[in-house]
Amino acid sequence: MEIVVCVKPVPDPRQWSKISLDPQTKVLRREGVEMVINPLDRHALEAALQIRQSLGGRVRVLSMAPLSTLEVLRETLALGADEAVLLSDRAFAGSDTLATVRVLAAGIRRWGIRPDLVLCGAESADGSTGQVGPQLAVLLGIASLSYVCGLEEVTPERVIARWQMEEGYARVEVCLPAVLTLTRACNRPRGITMLGVVQARGKPLSVWTAADLGIDPSQVGLSGSPTQMGDLWMPESGRRQEILPGKPEEAVQALLERLRELAVLPERPGRKR
Amino acid sequence: MTALWVLAEQRRGLLQPVSLEILGRGRELADRHGLLLEAVLLGNGVETLAEDLFAAGAEAVYLADHPLLADYSADAYAAVLEQLVREHRPDILLLGHTAVGRDLAPVVAARLETGLSAHVTGLEIDERGLLRQIVPAWGGRGMCAILCPQARPQMATVRPGVLPRPLLQPGRTGRLVRVEVALDLAAIRTRLLDFVPQETAAQPLTEAEVVVAGGAGLGDREGWHLVERLAEVLGAAVGGTRPPLDQGWIGEGQMIGQSGVTVRPRLYIGIGISGEMQHTVGIRDAGVVVAINCDPRARIFQEADFGIVGDAREVVPLLIAALEGETRG
Ligand SMILES: Cc1cc2nc3c(=O)[nH]c(=O)nc-3n(C[C@H](O)[C@H](O)[C@H](O)COP(=O)(O)OP(=O)(O)OC[C@H]3O[C@@H](n4cnc5c(N)ncnc54)[C@H](O)[C@@H]3O)c2cc1C
Ligand SMILES: Nc1ncnc2c1ncn2[C@@H]1O[C@H](COP(=O)(O)O)[C@@H](O)[C@H]1O
Repeated sequence: MEIVVCVKPVPDPRQWSKISLDPQTKVLRREGVEMVINPLDRHALEAALQIRQSLGGRVRVLSMAPLSTLEVLRETLALGADEAVLLSDRAFAGSDTLATVRVLAAGIRRWGIRPDLVLCGAESADGSTGQVGPQLAVLLGIASLSYVCGLEEVTPERVIARWQMEEGYARVEVCLPAVLTLTRACNRPRGITMLGVVQARGKPLSVWTAADLGIDPSQVGLSGSPTQMGDLWMPESGRRQEILPGKPEEAVQALLERLRELAVLPERPGRKR
Repeated sequence: MTALWVLAEQRRGLLQPVSLEILGRGRELADRHGLLLEAVLLGNGVETLAEDLFAAGAEAVYLADHPLLADYSADAYAAVLEQLVREHRPDILLLGHTAVGRDLAPVVAARLETGLSAHVTGLEIDERGLLRQIVPAWGGRGMCAILCPQARPQMATVRPGVLPRPLLQPGRTGRLVRVEVALDLAAIRTRLLDFVPQETAAQPLTEAEVVVAGGAGLGDREGWHLVERLAEVLGAAVGGTRPPLDQGWIGEGQMIGQSGVTVRPRLYIGIGISGEMQHTVGIRDAGVVVAINCDPRARIFQEADFGIVGDAREVVPLLIAALEGETRG
């Protein structure tokens, strides 16, 4: 099996409280926020490693990101990927999902492979569009299924996947080659081991630029993106923010008074209306 | 006249509420900016649904009725949508951000090489006639407007439960356009085998008038029981944050927030919840928000109308007792 895992380095979601918007310049301040593997991409990588274990093959990691995130990719090698490529170029900056998949597809072409399976996270923590996987499938001309919450069966020809829906999941047969995007319900990602870190040193980790990919710069980056970011703002909560003082008994009574005044308590508590 | 299209998503012959929500907002935009509001309906034997779409404000319904459209597949649905868009060139194409919408929309947008925004919570048209697609940014810490200046159609998937439901006007009619589709089974590469429903909560969270939600602060299953008891006394639906989902205290459909559902009850009570934005984006439209947390600096208090600083194990039983006393008295 030729398996490609798409990995996006993102600012660590656990540190987002440090992010603020400069009220004057309207620029996002994110000093001190580390870049990490997008949490769901760990699940995609884990699935790839498990499939390699049962069916054999090669797991390649592909990422489009600034050069400074190279160490994040090295971690995927330590976790068990065979090879990783960082697609990095000034020309890629500002890419929306369509421009991003043009770059990722060019990366796969440059490898000269026809992947049997491309695995992505269901969505990225910062972009959270969930679009990159399905759109990459269109450019590669293969099938796709998004928000997969379980893999019941994987053979070189097909996958039986659990497709997360609102009120449960559907079992879906997907013909390979295909792109699947995975939720966290799929597996429990393994942790890093010392041995893995040592082995990673011997594995190929490359950087390819727009020129290496032979990509038309007008098709990628800001100029190749059909969507544009307009204004960004941080909304005020608009809530009363009233802390009810006193002993717990008093606070509870004060709360019930407020809620009664606002008529938001059910008229007949305990009985469904 | 340019057209604003809405994909009317149906499953087993039932329209998804979000499709009507989008039509409602679409009607307002169409009236204000002189657009045609049209719906696209895909399925098999679903013609009667067109009436509901007219009642919600659609002036025309494009109906593609075909056995291979009975169940959703990205391949079949995208092929039909692409064909229709290329033929009629709508200016805007909106879908619900449902399991189907989030799977289908990116495929359609890539095939049409146009822009797409996701999780949209607001739609406006600016002075240039461009669709401003309002999306949460940074897990809900911020908001951002997305534009698609050149490529067409301007596409977006809209979060369910955010736009108000329109008043239906039964008896309003429109133009029903039957569409010929040629679909080839061999070109459909995904096949729905069966559906496994989740244990459903007693009350659907997204419809509930009162929601009691709990977080990691409940500590264990016993602590969680307080959430369930309070919900019972209030006749409320139960929701939670991610840790309770991880612990198995709640099901997938009960997580509130960015990766979960949006709720808009009259009253939301959050217990042992820190108030990370990924959670609070899901309660923006709640009427009154109450927070109970032992940490006075917890961010949830900034997102709450009323807060009680205290241990859930102490405060919640008092609240339950007070409410029970009320019903008796
Ligand atoms: C991409 C992404 C998407 C996400 N999507 C979602 C989402 O959709 N929904 C969601 O909820 N989360 C989501 N999360 C997770 C989110 O970031 C937070 O981690 C989560 O909401 C925190 O849950 P919590 O408040 O229950 O737990 P914590 O943050 O651990 O907070 C527990 C709180 O309980 C309080 N507490 C402790 N003991 C007591 C006690 N005895 N009595 C009263 N209070 C007590 C503490 O003071 C603390 O404030 C997402 C994360 C990522 C990265
Ligand atoms: N720049 C990128 N490089 C590699 N993979 C990406 C990139 N952006 C998104 N992806 C993949 O697509 C998934 C969904 O991302 P998104 O569409 O941004 O929500 C991620 O979890 C990654 O697997």
